[in-house]
Amino acid sequence: MELTSDLKDMEKGKYGEGAALALKVQIGIGECFDAPRMVPITNAHVALSNQEMDLWFAEKMVKLGAKTKIPPTVNPGFCLPYFSAKNMVTSEEADHMKRTHEAYRALGCRLTYNCTPYMDTNVPFPNEIVAFSESSATPFVNSVWGARSNRESAQSALCAAITGVVPEYGLLLDENRKGNILVKVEAEMKSDFSYNLLGYMGRKIGPGIPVFVGLGSYLSPEAHRNLGAELNTSGAYAMYHVVGVTPEAPTLEAAFGGREPERTVTITEEDLARVLETEISDPGNRDIDFALFGCPHTSIREVRYMAERLQGKKLAVPFWVMTSSLTKSSAEKMGLLKIIQDAGGDLVEDTCSDQPCWHLYKGRVGVTESPKCAYYPRKRGLEFVIRDLDTCIDAALKGRVK
Amino acid sequence: MSGKVFSCHKISEGVGEGEVIISRDEIMFYLVRPETGEVLEKAHDIEGKSVAKKAIVFPGGKGSSVVQSDGLFQLMLQHNQPAAMIIQYPETVLVAGAIIMEIPMVDKVDPEFYKVVKNGDRVKVDANAGTITILN
Repeated sequence: MELTSDLKDMEKGKYGEGAALALKVQIGIGECFDAPRMVPITNAHVALSNQEMDLWFAEKMVKLGAKTKIPPTVNPGFCLPYFSAKNMVTSEEADHMKRTHEAYRALGCRLTYNCTPYMDTNVPFPNEIVAFSESSATPFVNSVWGARSNRESAQSALCAAITGVVPEYGLLLDENRKGNILVKVEAEMKSDFSYNLLGYMGRKIGPGIPVFVGLGSYLSPEAHRNLGAELNTSGAYAMYHVVGVTPEAPTLEAAFGGREPERTVTITEEDLARVLETEISDPGNRDIDFALFGCPHTSIREVRYMAERLQGKKLAVPFWVMTSSLTKSSAEKMGLLKIIQDAGGDLVEDTCSDQPCWHLYKGRVGVTESPKCAYYPRKRGLEFVIRDLDTCIDAALKGRVK
Repeated sequence: MSGKVFSCHKISEGVGEGEVIISRDEIMFYLVRPETGEVLEKAHDIEGKSVAKKAIVFPGGKGSSVVQSDGLFQLMLQHNQPAAMIIQYPETVLVAGAIIMEIPMVDKVDPEFYKVVKNGDRVKVDANAGTITILN
């Protein structure tokens, strides 16, 4: 790989050992994909996770004197003051989160603790070269905003934020942004929830860049969020096109760059029903212990809808809504937070579903509308029935799900 | 097939030797039990089987950009990380994890390899030299 003289200096340690290590990792990635050079980035999002690997790598970078050149937004761990006050985490778990917080603060990151930065806090321009990790974030910035990011890992995005560059390969180049799989959707997209199930079709769609047809002329931000999050739970997708909707797919021909699709996949109503019933959801018709929303983080529009449904009612089970601190603050000013709290629920900022703060629900069954929310915390022993938002709210009011 | 050598392309440097396990599905290492290497994901091609210390032949990684690396890291803490990874579709998340955790990983393997390799074979993956040798 050809490096500028400045990057050669970085490689030799002129900017510290941390920057040198970050660049070494990126050179390794670049060589894997035959990247000829490094190019500058102007924004980044790091999928902080507060997992052991995450803390190990972040602290290692701090010890090596690294500082981010491009201050990245970061993902949630759990909200330390909130869960400590409620006695929901052990002192070891609290200490771990505190160390994660300190490490990312020392690296100079923007401590937004939110997994949907593309909604408001970190929105790139079209064609802007960025380094975004996080399941739904990478496809959103590529597909919806027309920015350019490869599917960075939490660590490679942090390396990019430190060095200020990324290897030039993959989705940074025009020719690699064209679709190769035609996905004909015959199933009816009834709500944003339908996009959770459509996204979970990764195994049927197969590797590549899907081009969706049959989705109409408008997808809400939440539909795009859900589609990207679940595509990256059932598979690995950095980008997709929706013909007539996303900016690089005004027509079918443009989406494929004039080439023929390598394969064509049809998604039917039965496909969506089968994956829900046999692969991802626990069986319904049962009592539930809790409801958990916000994987990825709930939008203000969804918070308002929940508040409207819960106004003047009492919930039968705990009702947790994970969201950004910005959305929680807006919801408070809008009077929505009080409505949800009066019903017995709460909005929780800075928090992810795959964190130790939820261990009181180990072996219990919750409802959620997100397959991703059910997938990862399975390792922690949480079980979920997956349903659309209205059915989940009804279930939380009754304590029983259909 | 003993001693037969196949060409491949280095992704993450190093040399690893182990028993082959083949997965038709992509792998998310977070849904693997660190203590045993057992794949926990429901309806996965190798659900219930162990990837610990194995040379895994699989399409590539999938899932979260966050916890894929943590899955590998947890396996490493238990000394149960894969001996080597032989993939077809590199994506940055798994590639970065392999490089940071120094697990040998290769792609672009001689297509002949896929015709002869089977579960239980013993292989040596030399990413630096760009070779895979079937030892049994």
